[in-house]
Amino acid sequence: MATVVASADAPRAQLTEIWETPRGLLGTLTSVDHKTIGKRYIVTAFVFFIIGGLEAAVMRAQLVHSNMHLVSPEAYNQLFTMHGVTMIFLFASPILSGFSNYLWPLMIGARDMAFPRVNALSYWTFLLAGIFLYSSFFVGQAPDGGWFAYVPMTARSYSPGLNIEFFTLGLIYLGMSTTMGAVNFIATFFTMRAPGMSINRVPIILWGTLTVSFLIVAFMPALTVASIFLYLDRNIGTHFFDPANGGRPLLWQHLFWIFGHPWVYIVVLPAMGLASDMIPTFCRRPLAGYTFVALATVATGVVGSGVWVHHMFATGLPQLAMSFFSGASMTVTIPSGVSIVAWLATIWYGRPVFKVPFLFMVGFIILFVIGGVNGVMTAPVPFDLQLTDSYFIVAHIHYVLIGINVFPVFGALYYWLPKMTGRMLSERLGRWVFWLMFIGMNLAFFPMHITGMLGMPRRIYTYPSGMGWDTANLIITVGAYVFAIGVLLFLIDVVRSLRVGPLAGNNPWDAPTLEWSTTSPPPPYNFAVLPTVRSRYPLWEERLHEQATSIVDRGPVLDDGRETIGTSALDAEPTAVLHMPADSPWPLLLALALTVVFYALLAVSWTWTGIGVLLVFICLVGWLSPSRTAPAPGEA
Amino acid sequence: MATAAAVLPCNAYASHSSGRWAMRLLIVTEASFFAYLLFSYFYLGSMASTWPPDGPPSLRIAGPDTVILLSSSATLWWAERAIKRGALSQLRAGLFITFVLGAVFLGLQAVEWSQKSFTPQTSAYGSLYFTVTGFHGAHVAAGLLMNLVVQFWAWRGFFSAERHELVSNAALYWHFVDAVWIAVFASLYLIPRLA
Ligand code: HEM
Repeated sequence: MATVVASADAPRAQLTEIWETPRGLLGTLTSVDHKTIGKRYIVTAFVFFIIGGLEAAVMRAQLVHSNMHLVSPEAYNQLFTMHGVTMIFLFASPILSGFSNYLWPLMIGARDMAFPRVNALSYWTFLLAGIFLYSSFFVGQAPDGGWFAYVPMTARSYSPGLNIEFFTLGLIYLGMSTTMGAVNFIATFFTMRAPGMSINRVPIILWGTLTVSFLIVAFMPALTVASIFLYLDRNIGTHFFDPANGGRPLLWQHLFWIFGHPWVYIVVLPAMGLASDMIPTFCRRPLAGYTFVALATVATGVVGSGVWVHHMFATGLPQLAMSFFSGASMTVTIPSGVSIVAWLATIWYGRPVFKVPFLFMVGFIILFVIGGVNGVMTAPVPFDLQLTDSYFIVAHIHYVLIGINVFPVFGALYYWLPKMTGRMLSERLGRWVFWLMFIGMNLAFFPMHITGMLGMPRRIYTYPSGMGWDTANLIITVGAYVFAIGVLLFLIDVVRSLRVGPLAGNNPWDAPTLEWSTTSPPPPYNFAVLPTVRSRYPLWEERLHEQATSIVDRGPVLDDGRETIGTSALDAEPTAVLHMPADSPWPLLLALALTVVFYALLAVSWTWTGIGVLLVFICLVGWLSPSRTAPAPGEA
Repeated sequence: MATAAAVLPCNAYASHSSGRWAMRLLIVTEASFFAYLLFSYFYLGSMASTWPPDGPPSLRIAGPDTVILLSSSATLWWAERAIKRGALSQLRAGLFITFVLGAVFLGLQAVEWSQKSFTPQTSAYGSLYFTVTGFHGAHVAAGLLMNLVVQFWAWRGFFSAERHELVSNAALYWHFVDAVWIAVFASLYLIPRLA
C-alpha cells in the first residue's frame, strides 16, 4: 500500500531487499541499477581518457624535437586518429552520459531511469564498441584516416587494410549505444520527475542532456548512414563515394558534418549544465537567470542543428570542415554568452567559496572565453584558409574541448565523487591537480597557436630542424607532461580518498538539490520515501525564505516490488505507479550477440553475420517476453 | 494514511507507459536514418546528368506491391481495434492477414530485385536503389518478426482489452514502416517521372 510515512519509519530493510543487486559475478553482470551503470560509464570513459592521453604522450614525445624517429609515420597516423576518436567518442560524451545516468534519478527524486535494462544495454554496448575499436591494435591496423576519415583517403584503393572497417563498424556500434542512452534520457525526463518537479524546477544538467539527446536521436543516424556507405563501398563494391561511377566523395563530408556540427554541442551542453548546477552551491545563492540559461541551452540545440545548412549555402562545402569548430563556437557564442553572464552574475552577487570544484569552474570559464575568442578569430574564411590544417587548428580544438569538457568534468568529479563513494577527496591535492592541469594545458596548447602561424602543419609525424619550431614544440611537450602529472595526481587522490578520505555525510557542500538529501553513497532504492518538490532548490527553501514547501522527509514508500512514481510530462502531476524491471541477463547477452555481428561484418563473413543476427533475435525475444507474473491491472 | 499514490493506476498498461516512449523515439531515430538515405539519393541525383541512369523504374510490380503493403496497415489497425474491445480471435485473424500481406510484399520485392538490369555494383544509382529498398525491406522483415512474436502471445491468449501494450507498439512500428515505404516509393519511383 502506498501510504505516506516519515522517512525515519520507512521499511529500509525491505526496500534494500527489493532493490539491491546481489553480490557476486551474476549480480555484477545483470545489474540494472542506474548508479552502478553511471559509475561504470564514468570509470570506463575515464580509462579511455587515460588511454587517449597515453597516445598523446607518445605523439608529444615523438614531436619534442625535430627529426625524431620514435614511431613510424604509419603508427603516428594511427595514434592521432585513435587519440581523436577516443577523446571525442569514447571519453567526452560517454563521461557526461555517466554523470547524467548517475545523477538524474537522484536529482529528480526517482528510483531509476525510465528504462533500466536499456540503460544496462547502452553501457555494455559502449564498452564493447570501445573494445572493438581498440582490438584493431592487436592486428596492427587501427583506424588511421583522422577522426573524420575523409573519403577518398579512406577508400579501399588508398587504404587496403582493416583500419577503416574498425572505424566505420565501431562508430555504427557506438552510435547504437549513444542512441539508446538518448532515448532513455528523453523518456526519463518526461515521465519520471518527482511529483511537483515541473520542468522549470529541474537542475540545468537535465536541460543540457535532454537537448543533446534530441540532437543524438536526430543526427546520429547521419554518421551511421555514412559509415554504412563506406563499409559497403569498401567491402561489396558499391559506388556511393566513387566519382568514376556516379558517386561523390563529398557525400561523405556532408553526412559526416550533418552529424559533426551538433556533436560539438553534445560534448558541451551537459558540461555547461554541470557547471550551472555547481556554481550556485559555491556562491551560496541560486543561479542567476535560470530561465534564460535553460532556454539558451535548448536554443543552442535548435540553432546548432541548422549550422550545417548555413555552411552549405553560405560558405560552400570545401570550407565546411575548416570552419567546423569555429562556426560551432560562433553559434555557441549566443547561449554560452548567456550562460557566462549568468555564472558571472551568480559569482558577483554570491559569496564565492573557493573549493576545488569551484576552482575548476573558474578555470573552465577562463578557457571557455579564450576558446571563444580564438574561435572568432578562425571564423573569417581567408584567415581560416591559411590556418586550416596547421597547428593553429590543433590548438583551437584543444582549447575548446579541454575547456568546455575536461575542466567541467574534473570539477564535477571533485563535486559528486563524494556522493558516489561516500568519501571526500583532498582539498590540498585537488588544488595541485587543478594548477598542474591548468598550467600544463596552457603550456601545451598556447604555443601551438604560434607553431601554427609559423606554418607547422598538423598530422605530421616529424619535422625538419631549422624551421624555428623546435623551442615551441619542446614547451608543448613539457606542458603535455605537466598536464599528465596533474591527472596522475588526481588518480592518486581518488585511491587515497577511497581508503582514508573523510566521510562525506549526506550533504558535504551544503548543496541545494535533491541528490544531497539522501545518504552518500545512496541506498539501492535512492530514496526511502519519495519526495515532493515545490521549488528549484528544495534543500535551501528555509534559508531562501521561500514560501515553497518541498517535502523530502515524508512521502509514499512504495514497497510492493520495484516501484517508483510516474508523473506527467510538464507539471509532474503523479499519474501512475511505475513497476521497474528487475536485474536481467539480457542486456549483456544482447550486447555480446551484437558484438558477434560486428566482428562477423569485420571479417565479411555472411554466415557468421547471420548467426549473430539470429542470436540478437533470440535475446530480443527473451527480453521482450511479457511477464506473466506482472500484476494484473487493478491489483497492487 | 492513504495517498494519491494509492489510487494511481499501475503503469505498464497506460498509453504513456515506457514501452510506448521507447517505440516512439525509436521511430524518430529510424525516420532520421531514412531521411539521410534519401538525402544521399537526392544529393547524388542532383549531381548526375541523368538520374536514374535508365529512366524511372517501372511501376508494374512496385505499384501493386505498394497497395498490398498499405492494406496491411489497414488490417493491422482492424486487429488492434479488436483487442481494445477484447476480441481475441479477431486480433489473431488480423495479425495473421497482416503477416501474409507483409510477406507477399517482400516476396514481390524480391521478384522485382531479380528482374533489375543493374546490381549494387553497377553504379551509384544501383548502390542507392538496393541500399534504400534493402534497408526498408529489412525493416519490413523486422516488423514481420515482431508480428510473429505478438501472434505467438495472442495464441497463448495473453492479451486482453486492458493489456495489449505489445500489440499497440508492434502496430505503431508497422505503420511507421509503411509510411517509410510511401516516402521511398515517392522518391525512387514517382518523382523521377515528374522530370
Ligand atoms: C593534455 C592532453 C592532450 C594532449 C597532449 C593532446 C595532444 C594531441 C596531439 C599531439 C594531437 C595530434 C596533432 C596532429 O599531429 O595533428 C592531437 C589531436 C587531437 N586531439 Fe588531443 N591532446 C590532448 C587531449 C585531448 C582531449 C581531452 C581531446 C578531446 C576531448 C582531444 C581531441 C583531439 C582531437 C579531436 C584531435 C584531432 C585528431 C585528428 O587529427 O584526427 N585531445 N591531440
